[in-house]
Amino acid sequence: MNDWSRIAPQLLDATGETLYMVGVATALTVLLGVPLGVLLTITAPGALAPHPLLNRVLGLVVNLGRSLPFIILLVLVAPVTRGIVGTTIGSTATIVPLTIGAVPFLARLVETSLREVAHGKVEATLAMGARRREVVRTVLLPEALPSLVAGVTVTVVALISYSAMAGAIGGGGLGDFAIRYGYQQFRTDITLATVVLLLVVVQLLQWAGDRWARRLATS
Amino acid sequence: MIELSDVRKVFPARRTAGEVVALDGVSMSVARGEFAGVVGPSGSGKSTLARLVNLLERPTSGTVTVDGRVLTDLDAAGVREARRSIGMIFQHFNLLDSRTAAGNVEHPLELAGLGRTERRRRVADLLDLVGLADRHASRPAQLSGGQKQRVAIARALAARPSVLLCDEATSALDPASTTGVLELLRQVRAELGLTVLLITHEMSVVRAVCDSAVLMSEGRVVDGGPLADVLARPGSALAAQLVPAPATPAVGERGGALVLVTVTDATPHGAVLQTLTAELGLSVEVVGGSVETVAGRRFGRLLLRVEGDDGRLDPALARLRAGGALVERAAAGDPRPQPDADDAPRPDREPDVQRLADAPDVQR
Ligand SMILES: Nc1ncnc2c1ncn2[C@@H]1O[C@H](COP(=O)(O)OP(=O)(O)OP(=O)(O)O)[C@@H](O)[C@H]1O
Ligand SMILES: [Mg+2]
Repeated sequence: MNDWSRIAPQLLDATGETLYMVGVATALTVLLGVPLGVLLTITAPGALAPHPLLNRVLGLVVNLGRSLPFIILLVLVAPVTRGIVGTTIGSTATIVPLTIGAVPFLARLVETSLREVAHGKVEATLAMGARRREVVRTVLLPEALPSLVAGVTVTVVALISYSAMAGAIGGGGLGDFAIRYGYQQFRTDITLATVVLLLVVVQLLQWAGDRWARRLATS
Repeated sequence: MIELSDVRKVFPARRTAGEVVALDGVSMSVARGEFAGVVGPSGSGKSTLARLVNLLERPTSGTVTVDGRVLTDLDAAGVREARRSIGMIFQHFNLLDSRTAAGNVEHPLELAGLGRTERRRRVADLLDLVGLADRHASRPAQLSGGQKQRVAIARALAARPSVLLCDEATSALDPASTTGVLELLRQVRAELGLTVLLITHEMSVVRAVCDSAVLMSEGRVVDGGPLADVLARPGSALAAQLVPAPATPAVGERGGALVLVTVTDATPHGAVLQTLTAELGLSVEVVGGSVETVAGRRFGRLLLRVEGDDGRLDPALARLRAGGALVERAAAGDPRPQPDADDAPRPDREPDVQRLADAPDVQR
């Protein structure tokens, strides 16, 4: 049991890998998910730029992405991952399925947040002679920002749990570590240690996200 | 300044509701500098009318002309451009919570592409104009309803519009804030030479600020004109709402004829009572009365019971009318005709053309 001096640095590396995967996947998810959410919102009937067909298609794609269990998605997108990263093993490769899994998730949350913005605010801005994209940029996104930040926080936490699942098929990070050392070598203490680490990371992120959202809402 | 000609607006049927004819052949015009009111029962199309003026709602047919520009002929860019010269304020203010009072007023100036220093200068002037210079850093949540509407007015005026649309702008406010906002509207109208179209369901608002008004019912303009004319017009449905006639006593309560006298500062003074009592020798009793200040002038309605008529009353009333007095017989227990009586539909009806006050300088 004195091998903790050997395990601790590895545990630290695994934590770093998790943060790397989740960090990059979050950035990509926000980059793709927010515009997708905006598009879902404004193409809805009676919204800023109604487009029933596009709305229907986007809704279908998003629902498909969300209804697939992540573990299935991991396998399904393996060819895509290989195409982009060159391999399906390791933390960089895992970023691809993580992003693909989280984009529809965030897009729905973004849509919900944007729909909460009172239509009167949109109308008042249109009445000023604003273009539709100016309405999105100066009204919808800023007015929904506290709720968008909360949505991103939820997405990050979901990404951490996805990333641990990706560990099951050699995705790197804390999940991978827990399986290889804790599960396969019957080291319950290592499993527990990774669980505690994951919990701490999730708590810290949730706390930071909540704080940020609150500051935005009240400032 | 604002010209609607034979405008129809039909909202197509939805899954949950049938087709709605919100406006059914409305024509009206508002002169430059005029403060025009639009009143009518809920659902009569008032908001739809206001929203047509800046094309937030496109008419199904008919044309909308503002300041000589036919908005209904413009492309999207033209409409955006035209909207800059039409300010609008709303019942629920519609301020952005993510911005301060100053940030909200700055919003239209950003959209218009003004430089930062110019924007800051204009925002300071505008907040000063609406009396909120000290609240520039406040968020909407920290302001009272009246203050929010003042910020909204400053925002609506930021791009220096020539027309201001107000849709139930005081309906969410308490009486004191309402008075304050109405005074501000009158002040900015006078200082900036604005043309104002004000939608409301409160007659007191029309009496306080409007030069003219139209009465809507079921998507049509059923009455209207300069308020002084409307009130002097016998049987006007709008007048009946602006200055309600006193309730007439029930039929058969007592005998005698009921005579309704409308008193304005333009009608001859004393002529009616003089004629009825001194000349005809009738017994006259006051049954009811009401007085209101409308457009800065006093208007009264007096209900008289006249006994001892031997057939000379009607000729006498006709003579008085010819002399400029506003007198008419009123039937007992019969309130004045209501505007939204459920008449049978009149399919082949001409659109109502209501010419509002032409004189921009209605003296106050
Ligand atoms: N976007 C819309 N879609 C369908 N019907 C509408 C729409 N907007 C208004 N209507 C209908 O048009 C009619 C006129 O509505 P409008 O809002 O103009 O009335 P209003 O006179 O302003 O009433 P209120 O005093 O209650 O505000 C109503 O029957 C309303 O239900
Ligand atoms: Mg309305």
